[in-house]
Amino acid sequence: MADKALEGVKVLEYASFVTGPYCSKLLADLGAEVIKIERPGGGDEARCRGPFLNDIPHPERSGLFLYLNTNKLGITLDPETQTGKKIFLELLKWADILIEDKPPREMEGIGLTYDKLKEINPQLIMTSITPFGQFGPYQDYKAYNLNIPHGAGGGYLTPGGSPNAEREPLKGGGFFDDHIAGLSAATVTVIAFYHRIKTGSGQHVDVSKQEALMALNRTEITNYPNMDTIATRVVGSSALGRRPPPCQNGYVQIAALLDWHWVSFKEFMGNPRWAQDTKFDTLDGRSEYGNEMNDNIEEWTRGHTKEEIFHGLQGRGVPTAMICNAAEVMSSPQYEERGFFVEVEHPEMGKVVCPRGLGILSRTPWALEHPAPLLGQHNREVYTRLLGYTREDMVRMREAGVI
Amino acid sequence: MNSALEGIRIADFSQFWAGPYAVTLLTYMGAEAIKIESTKRHDGTRDISMTTGRRYAGLESSLPFAEICANRLNVALDITKPKGAELAKRIVQVSDIVVQNFTPGTMDRLGLGYEDLKEIKPDIIYLSSSAVGTTGPERNYRGFAPLFCNQSGASHITGYADGEPVTMGGKIDILSAMTSAFAILAALNHRQKTGEGQHIDVSSTESISALIGDVFMDYTMNARSQTRKGNRDNIMAPHNCYRCKGEDKWISIAISNDDEWRAFVDAIGNPEWAKDGRLSDAYSRKANEEELDRLISGWTINHTHYEAMEILQKAGVAAMPSFSSVELLSDPHFKARERAVELEHPVIGKITMLTPPWKLSETPARVSSPASLLGQHNSYVFGELLGMSQEEIKALAEEQVIY
Repeated sequence: MADKALEGVKVLEYASFVTGPYCSKLLADLGAEVIKIERPGGGDEARCRGPFLNDIPHPERSGLFLYLNTNKLGITLDPETQTGKKIFLELLKWADILIEDKPPREMEGIGLTYDKLKEINPQLIMTSITPFGQFGPYQDYKAYNLNIPHGAGGGYLTPGGSPNAEREPLKGGGFFDDHIAGLSAATVTVIAFYHRIKTGSGQHVDVSKQEALMALNRTEITNYPNMDTIATRVVGSSALGRRPPPCQNGYVQIAALLDWHWVSFKEFMGNPRWAQDTKFDTLDGRSEYGNEMNDNIEEWTRGHTKEEIFHGLQGRGVPTAMICNAAEVMSSPQYEERGFFVEVEHPEMGKVVCPRGLGILSRTPWALEHPAPLLGQHNREVYTRLLGYTREDMVRMREAGVI
Repeated sequence: MNSALEGIRIADFSQFWAGPYAVTLLTYMGAEAIKIESTKRHDGTRDISMTTGRRYAGLESSLPFAEICANRLNVALDITKPKGAELAKRIVQVSDIVVQNFTPGTMDRLGLGYEDLKEIKPDIIYLSSSAVGTTGPERNYRGFAPLFCNQSGASHITGYADGEPVTMGGKIDILSAMTSAFAILAALNHRQKTGEGQHIDVSSTESISALIGDVFMDYTMNARSQTRKGNRDNIMAPHNCYRCKGEDKWISIAISNDDEWRAFVDAIGNPEWAKDGRLSDAYSRKANEEELDRLISGWTINHTHYEAMEILQKAGVAAMPSFSSVELLSDPHFKARERAVELEHPVIGKITMLTPPWKLSETPARVSSPASLLGQHNSYVFGELLGMSQEEIKALAEEQVIY
């Protein structure tokens, strides 16, 4: 079996839904041993969210939960009970890293602040993921997937290329934005772990989802002090076009920004008369007369399929893309050859296909060891083998609602 | 002060955003990076914004370049000349990590591919970032940020329900860069344990697909290709952006359960319409969300977005303005968390930049300088670091190997 980059790294996850679980999934997928804590009864919120296999809601049939929790061990535990907290602290002694996403006040309320936890495990890395971070005027504010990209300034810029500001700003599709914050948290967590290997020092890492998303629009956010312009979603004439031009069976995007791209593009269109106008010969001209150019381009794209345009222009070196839906991505020969989609055998769902994620690491490749855990699937393994409880203890704890 | 990645050196051959920003993330944590460019083949972000088509005068006035390529040294070295490639190898010999994002095959042709560099530095971590990866039938296709987004499946699900797909810009490169940084860190942890380096092959397009895993799960589980639905959610309502008092001012409001709904209704003064039985439970609210959105807008339009945020957050309702960049810069929370810093650039002058998106208790993340000028650190890198004599450097400069 191949090596794993994060083998031997012990992670305790006390998080739910998308961001926190995605953070620890990224670690688990590279070999970290992750124990995921779910609340007794319902478990992780993602279990109640679709997509469900065959559209039948069931806590063990959520595709969202499956994707976000591969390669983890799952236990049920309620750290808000006294016994639950005691067990939580035992697990914390075992862990190198704690990933948690509770509001700062809630962690304080149950006595699980970093200062308390580091007395128990001085080398602990605690990554706290919250909407607005551990301090600041909005530290206790509530925010869902919708509110974060808007609060971070990205929504105001979306959709870019709007003709005016009549319509509302937009978030990213699906849970796109929540995943981003999880990726940011995973990156900083691995950095902190590297520091710990070298120095033995743990630390508290404060990840604000708002800040994770703000970093994406870093150049636009500073437009005003730096250039005296205000970035908005309303964009005037641009060489790149206002929107992806529609074609026979969907949309494409053509980025003929460089002059030689433009020459190749013209040739591919069969050198139409309008494109002979020398005002389009330079990037400045293509920007200034962008609307006129793009109207003409749209007329041409409407007569072709996206595949013709994509492969034809890419074959000539012109950066071009098709807008792909899930079905198209999943049948892409490129994705196929790189093995981006893998088959997972799940005890409740049977065989399902799931994205691999991550780049390809030659020596420590991504590997699927096990699918997402069933609710409490690894209770016995963790409570008896790791922590030394008896089976009788477990029965009593279950009756008390602790696990 | 401590730096988590102190002592780690990166040879950065990358350009535009996807490669360079991965390096920047590592420099935030104390890694030393040397950007290798030449006058002939300089980073394209010095000339042009690939997402807007904006062009910059000279090589040193590009704000995006100053921001994205912050925190690193710069040498001007022509790696297309054999002597230049030899010098690049000497830089790699004293480095831990190589980052490059040329079209696949380019570095190999220059004698600077992973196999070449592994010979001279066996434990090198070598990251190749490209549009769709270094393998597969489309490996030579060209792309940049918006195109990755289109091909990944993310554009198709982002946008108004009745509008075109949204092709996101530079932020897509930043996401690809985050994926690269995470993979490098994982490889660094592996090297620390085993002494082994490796090649990492990041596809920008795949790294975006990984952020919408549940969308692919829906296709495999239900043969459904999800499409655009604006700000809306599959089950929550209200879940949208509502127009507020002022020009282009909006607030995002999301309500997930009946408790929050009752708190919301109270907070807005128990209007008559809220007593309508058609809005009494989550299912009915979702079923009647068009009308619900219209009614809520009737309240928000009479408040500024800040007022609405304060009223609703006080009641425990998730509400955040859709901030513009200017509003963010003067927002009290943004300020309390010191999200921006003013730095001095030798040509541009004062530049406001966002600070790193993480707060660590022991090893703070820092941005200390905007991008360096082309060749600014030739004498440090070639003289001090590689120990070359002034005569050698001068001779190579005359041959236009070093500029």
